[in-house]
Amino acid sequence: MEEKVLLKGNEIIGEAAIRSGCKLFFGYPITPSTEVIEYLSANLPGQGGTVLQAEDEIGAINMCYGAACTGSRVMTASSSPGVSLKQEGLSYSAAVELPMVIVNVNRCGPGLGGLGPAQSDYFQSVKGGGHGDYHLIVLAPSKAQELYDYTMQAFDLADQYRNPVMVLTDGYLGQTMEPVVLKERPPAQEWDRSWIVDGAEGREKRILASYSLTNEIGEANNLYWEAKYKEIQKKEQQWEEFHTEDADYLIVSYGTTGRISKSTVLNARKKGIKLGLIRPITLWPFPVNAFKPFLGKIKGIVTVELNTGQMIEDVKLAVNCGVPVELYRRQGGMLPTETEILEYIEEMIMKTDAKEVQA
Amino acid sequence: MMDKVIMAGFGGQGVMFLGKVLAYAGMNTDLELCWIPSYGPEMRGGTANCSVILADGEIYSHVIDQADAAIVLNKPAYDKFSSRVKPGGVLIVNASLAKIEKERDDITIVKIPATEIANEMGNPAIANMVCLGALLPSMNLIDYSTIEKAMDKLTSKRPQLLESNLTAIKKGMDFVASN
Repeated sequence: MEEKVLLKGNEIIGEAAIRSGCKLFFGYPITPSTEVIEYLSANLPGQGGTVLQAEDEIGAINMCYGAACTGSRVMTASSSPGVSLKQEGLSYSAAVELPMVIVNVNRCGPGLGGLGPAQSDYFQSVKGGGHGDYHLIVLAPSKAQELYDYTMQAFDLADQYRNPVMVLTDGYLGQTMEPVVLKERPPAQEWDRSWIVDGAEGREKRILASYSLTNEIGEANNLYWEAKYKEIQKKEQQWEEFHTEDADYLIVSYGTTGRISKSTVLNARKKGIKLGLIRPITLWPFPVNAFKPFLGKIKGIVTVELNTGQMIEDVKLAVNCGVPVELYRRQGGMLPTETEILEYIEEMIMKTDAKEVQA
Repeated sequence: MMDKVIMAGFGGQGVMFLGKVLAYAGMNTDLELCWIPSYGPEMRGGTANCSVILADGEIYSHVIDQADAAIVLNKPAYDKFSSRVKPGGVLIVNASLAKIEKERDDITIVKIPATEIANEMGNPAIANMVCLGALLPSMNLIDYSTIEKAMDKLTSKRPQLLESNLTAIKKGMDFVASN
């Protein structure tokens, strides 16, 4: 039987990394992500790996860059202000196409902000974050079991597409303890490793660098990356649907609020309101395909977010502004209850119905 | 079925441990559960609180709006959390450290002199376990035997603590039975 453990969300990420064959972790502690480096410090060296606390976040991400160049599975973890410091390194890593996993335990901001849960780093995570045209693949777990499963998947996706992959979580998920089944993941496919730098004796030397000497080379590189991102958008959209089959209204929400919204959906159904939920699992690529079956069928969408309204832009694009899309949000480390989300939606429905009567 | 419990007190009163006992009891009985600490900038001697949700099915929202029960180990915890118990719910108050003036009449309030009982046992630090004992009869999904197994695991590194913790829990249960 598979082992079941009770651990904090952050610790589960560490365990998933070890079981994914991650041998190197470079990081710098920051609340509320610190348990990741703490757990790995205690457990990775015993598995033949190394944990190194760098001088700062910039050092850590560049150590990841170096390790990834040698074909090692490598991870770093931090929290919002720390992840901002890593952006330059992430841009370089995306340009050189380095597989690595970055965990962002999102805290509220901007600036030093606070330690409470937030989704205020959505734009930074999915729109690039650093300079230049690039994308991270971004996975958004909503409970401890998913922190485990998606961290494992992150390593596989990183190798498959030679791209940095972010696991975007928050302090509330990171600090909460839940039971997790330590599922064995089938061994990852052997991807092409003819690009790694591991000593050139007896073969042509390889260079991993991101500078384009001419504009023509620069454009060719950009077109190559663009093709890769398009392939990822085509193949890797993931989402979960919850009571969507007959829905008049949809909540779109990910992570912690995606989970709270499930209770909202169940409470709404008890009142006879046909509410469903689309929970994006990949935030990039955004699951635009999830929305197609509902166009022309639903009356409205509410995104529930822990920010001023960031994902709502991607939802509006996904429905091509063909459906009214509203926002319910809490900020600064506050979480909504299932009841307050439902109250907002009931109010919105009343307004929509009133408009229909007028028409 | 669900049990949503909030626990609060001073740092050092064993609030987090109290929550862990409930969590491991749930783990041993194969329940779904969440143990949620308050986290953030805290200071020694400040307030501490945590919540535990136990369920026999999937836990969707893990944010507690209204709890089925709460344990408050001091007056500030009572002031902050007594309003968070749902009507019909149970509030266990450590009456040694929280004198209550106006009390709610829509919930069951158990006023137990937990610190005094713990002092009589020679260990003021186990007032948390006395309160846990007082809560147990109101729990839907766990009972003394599941708590006993959880405690066995949690004190495995310091087995000398097992007996006194279990005795404290029983004293809390006895208090409720005889009052």
